[in-house]
Amino acid sequence: MRDLIGLFPYWAVVVLMMTGLYIVIAQGNLVKKLVGLGIFQVSVFLLYITAGVVEGGTPPILNDQFTSYTNPLPSVLILTAIVVGVATLAVGLALAVRIREAFGTIEEDELQPLATPEQPAQKGPGA
Amino acid sequence: MEDFLMIGLLLVLCATGIAIAFMRDLLVVAMLSGIFSFVCCAVFVLFDAPDVAFTEACVGAGVSTVLTIAAIRLTGRREKREGRRASVLGLTLACICGLALIYGTLELPRFGDPRAPSQTHVAPHYIDRTAEEVGVPNIVTAVLGSYRGYDTMGETVVVFTAALGVLILLGGAQSRPLRRGDAPARKDQDVVLRGIAALFIPMTLFLAPYVQFHGAYSPGGGFQAGAILGGAMILYALVFGIDRLNQLVPERVLRVIAALGVLTYGGTGVVTVLLGHRFLDYDALGARPAGQQIGLTAIELGVFMTVACVMIILYQRFASRGDQ
Repeated sequence: MRDLIGLFPYWAVVVLMMTGLYIVIAQGNLVKKLVGLGIFQVSVFLLYITAGVVEGGTPPILNDQFTSYTNPLPSVLILTAIVVGVATLAVGLALAVRIREAFGTIEEDELQPLATPEQPAQKGPGA
Repeated sequence: MEDFLMIGLLLVLCATGIAIAFMRDLLVVAMLSGIFSFVCCAVFVLFDAPDVAFTEACVGAGVSTVLTIAAIRLTGRREKREGRRASVLGLTLACICGLALIYGTLELPRFGDPRAPSQTHVAPHYIDRTAEEVGVPNIVTAVLGSYRGYDTMGETVVVFTAALGVLILLGGAQSRPLRRGDAPARKDQDVVLRGIAALFIPMTLFLAPYVQFHGAYSPGGGFQAGAILGGAMILYALVFGIDRLNQLVPERVLRVIAALGVLTYGGTGVVTVLLGHRFLDYDALGARPAGQQIGLTAIELGVFMTVACVMIILYQRFASRGDQ
């Protein structure tokens, strides 16, 4: 039982990661894909934070009353990654907005024929 | 007790994630992703990472959700149902990968094991020596600003670059100038909403400097404070209209301040080099711990300026887009 609880956070990470992966590969809407990428990203955050937890530890803020602290390094890596995550999400969304303005759709299957040239057999330079 | 809480929260998190996968209405997806971030935030608190939870609460749940909704306004709300082949293929692939990963987890150190490799490598150094080498109680701030100052500078530059990317992608024509008579366009708005916003925005504005300057002693710092200030301004724009925000803080000012933030961070490093130490070695600025604290304050200020301005710029760009 102890063993199962000890592995449970990792399994939750795996489930989230696969949910994100599924959205990214199976669903065609570009905004939805970005949300899926966000879920994938959060699963990685969670994996890092999970790896840093110490049984009986306290948050890594020094205090005379405590001696055991949680690992501060994952916190540092992840808190900056979250801010970078929103910035890159914004770039992705901006791309989606531009694609919508140019092609009138952000559904992958509708974009595919628009993106390929008229005659795919002709492969000249610059095609 | 804590185990039950952990299992419960993680189950809710997974359920929210799976619900997002099945929803076709993108507005619902955006809302669910906000809930997802909040639950995630609770998990981070439970896992003793309050700094991360703080960031996730203001950035993940706040700013990202708003940005997603602002983008959905421009790209359309309904999602097309994917083909059956794609969904079966995707599900199969995800299941196979998931099972392989779960098999891999069996070898991992158990949750909370103090003897795990991740706890015995560099973390003990940070925990044991921060008080002496950096002299601030919040180890996360010490690692972020001092031990791994290079990383953080890189991240700040990435945030700034992303803002540049959005400015280029959604740039072109400047957002339209404010005409007389435009501003009170939303006067008929919900009184309750405006009242609550008027109450909350000043409090949020006060919270940001507190989080900034108290970041060395409690969870917080430049990233969180910047996101909080940005969030307050976005809330202002949401309730009172984007034109009012553009009028209050014009984008050209924000662009300059965002660049100045990166410059402050890099400049601190250059100053330490000119004083004969290594790049971002704050011992150049004075004896420990004063020098370290001066350096940390300077770079946190740079981070704050960049993050706050970038958050506002991102929202302004998306919100002004439809008006052209």
